[in-house]
Amino acid sequence: MEGVLNQLPIGLSIGAVLLLIALGLTFTFGQMGVINMAHGEFIMAGAYTAYLLQGVGFLIALPAAFVVAGVMGLILERTLIRRFYGRPLDTLLLTWGVSLMLQQLARDLFGAPNVQVASPAWLRGGIGILPYNRLFIMALAAASVLAIWAYMNRTGQGRRMRAVMQNRRLAATSGIDTGRVDQRTFFIGSGLAGVAGVALTLIGPVGPTLGTYYIVDAFLVVVAGGLGQLRGAVLAAAGLGLLNSYAEFWSDASLAKVVVFVAIIGFLQIRPQGLFFVRSRALT
Amino acid sequence: MAISEVTVRDAELLAVEEINAAGGVLGKKLEPVVEDGASDWPTFAEKATKLIAQDKVATVFGGWTSASRKAMLPVFEKRKALLWYPVQYEGLESSPYIFYTGATTNQQIVPGLDYLKEQGKKKLFLVGSDYVFPRTANKIIKAYAAANGMEVLGEEYTPLGHTEYSTLVNKITEAKPDAVFNTLNGDSNVAFFKQLKSTGITADQMPVMSVSVAEEEVKGIGVDNVAGQLVAWNYYQTTDTPANEKFVAAFKAKYGADKVTSDPMEAGYNAVYLWAEAVKKAGSTDVEAVKKAAGGVSLDRPEGKVTIDGDNQHVYKTARIGVVQPDGQIKEVWNSGEPIKPDPYLKTYPWAGGLV
Repeated sequence: MEGVLNQLPIGLSIGAVLLLIALGLTFTFGQMGVINMAHGEFIMAGAYTAYLLQGVGFLIALPAAFVVAGVMGLILERTLIRRFYGRPLDTLLLTWGVSLMLQQLARDLFGAPNVQVASPAWLRGGIGILPYNRLFIMALAAASVLAIWAYMNRTGQGRRMRAVMQNRRLAATSGIDTGRVDQRTFFIGSGLAGVAGVALTLIGPVGPTLGTYYIVDAFLVVVAGGLGQLRGAVLAAAGLGLLNSYAEFWSDASLAKVVVFVAIIGFLQIRPQGLFFVRSRALT
Repeated sequence: MAISEVTVRDAELLAVEEINAAGGVLGKKLEPVVEDGASDWPTFAEKATKLIAQDKVATVFGGWTSASRKAMLPVFEKRKALLWYPVQYEGLESSPYIFYTGATTNQQIVPGLDYLKEQGKKKLFLVGSDYVFPRTANKIIKAYAAANGMEVLGEEYTPLGHTEYSTLVNKITEAKPDAVFNTLNGDSNVAFFKQLKSTGITADQMPVMSVSVAEEEVKGIGVDNVAGQLVAWNYYQTTDTPANEKFVAAFKAKYGADKVTSDPMEAGYNAVYLWAEAVKKAGSTDVEAVKKAAGGVSLDRPEGKVTIDGDNQHVYKTARIGVVQPDGQIKEVWNSGEPIKPDPYLKTYPWAGGLV
C-alpha cells in the first residue's frame, strides 16, 4: 500500500522532469512551428555546462547553461533555421543533422564516456520517498513556469511574441519586427533546454547522447498539451508523469512506455490539437 | 549507448604496438585497420564485411553488445574469417569462427551468485535492460536460485537508454530484497545508481551486484553513487600480477595518467596476444590453421593465466568479485582460486538442465 501511495509523488516528480525538458520546446516548436531535433543537444550542452562549472557552484550553472544553450540556439536560428521557415520537414532533417554533429562535437571535446557531475551537498537526503534533488527539480520546474508566464503576460516582449504566434502577418503589418521576435523566442526556448540539462545531471547520465534520451518525451508533452500552451504543457507533463508512474508500478517500464504512447494517440484522436489551443479565424 | 568501445580499441592498438616493438609475428609487423561500428548493429556487419573482403585482414578484433556480435556472426561464418570478441556475454553460443576472450556466464554470473550465497543473501531482486543479455542472464539466475534455496522477489526490465528509475527503486524498496542483481546496460546504470543512492539506500543494507559496471563506468556514474557496491569480472586495474603492472603502466604512458583500465579492455588486449601466439604456433595466419593451433595456447596475462579451450573457443578465466572503492578503483574481495573452464552452455551444472 505504501508503494502505491509513493507512486503519487514519484509521478509528479517524473512530470516535473518532463515539464522541464519540454518547456523550451513549447517556445520553439509550439510557437514557431520549428521541429527542432537538436533540442536534446541543447539539454546536453546545459549538462556539460554544469560539468565545467563544478566547484563554481551548482546554482550558478543554471543561468550559465541558459546563456550557453540560448546562444547555441540563436546561432542555429540565424544561420540555418530562418532559411527554412514554413518547411517543417526540411527543418526536421536539418536539425537532426545538427543534432548528430553536436553529439560528435561533444564526443571530441569531452570524450565518449559519461562524465561525473557530483550533486551539491545540500541536495543529499530527502523527505519520504522523494530525495531533495527531485524536490529541487520540481521547484525549478515551477519557478521556470512562473517566470515564463510572467514574461509572456506581463512584458511587452512577451506580448509581441504572442502576437507573432497568433498571426504572424498581422503582427508584421502592425510594425512588429517578427525576425527579432523569432530570434528572442529561439534564444529563450533553447536556453530553457540548457536549464533542464543542469537539473538532469542530478538524476541521469551526462554524456554525448544524453539528449537522445529525452527528445521524444519532450515532443510528446508539447503535442499532448497543445502547441505553445504553457498550461497545456504543465497539465500534460503532470498527467503523463502520473500515468507513467502507475503504469510502470503495475506492469513494467517497457509496458508503461506502450501505455503512455497509446494513451496519447487515443487522446489526440479526440482532441487533435492537444489539451489547449488558440482559437483563431485563420484558415490554417 | 556503449561508452567504452573506444577504450577497448585503444587497448588493442597498444597490444599491436607492443607486439610490433618485440619484432612482430612471423617476421612481419602487424598493421591495424580501424573501423567504427558506431554502436549500430547493421554497421558492425557492414564494416566486418569491408575488413574481410576489401582490406583482407588476417583477423578482426571487436564487437561490443551481444546484438553487434549476433549481427557479425553470419558474416564471419559465411566468409570463414576470424572474429575475437572481447566482452563478457550471455553464453549459449559457440561459433567456429569466433573466439570469446571475455567471460561466459559460468565465469562471471555463476561466481557472482556463489558469492552472494556465501554472504547469506537469500532474497534477490533482478534488474536489467530489456534485451538478450539480461533476459538470458536472469533465466540462469532464476534456475540457480531455485536449486540453491534462494528466492527471486522481482524481475524488472527497462528499455535500453532508460533514465527514469524512481518507480523501479520504489518497487525494490517495497520488496526488501537482501541484494539486487544488476544487468543494466550502459547509461542506464548511471541513472539507476544516482537515483538509488539519493533515496538513501546504502550498499551495506542492500548491495547491488553488477556485471556491466567496470572502472570506466564508475567514473561516469560518480564514485559517490556506487562506492561499496559489488561487481563481478575477471580483471580489475588493481589485480596484482606482474603482467598487469606492465599493462597499466604502458596504457597510462600511451593514453594519459588519468586513464583507467578495465575488464573488457584487458580482454581485448589479451585477444591480440592470444591470436599472435596461435599464429606463431601455426606458422601462418591462415584462418583454419590458426583455429587448429589456438586450442591450448596459454599465456600469463594481466588477469592471470588464460588458456584457450579448443573445443568451444572460449578462454579459461579466473572469476573475481570486487567492491567499488571511494577512489573509483575496484578492490577484489573474492576469487575462484584458479581459472574456470569455460562452459557456455552450462552443461556441467545440473540445475541448468532446462535452460538450453
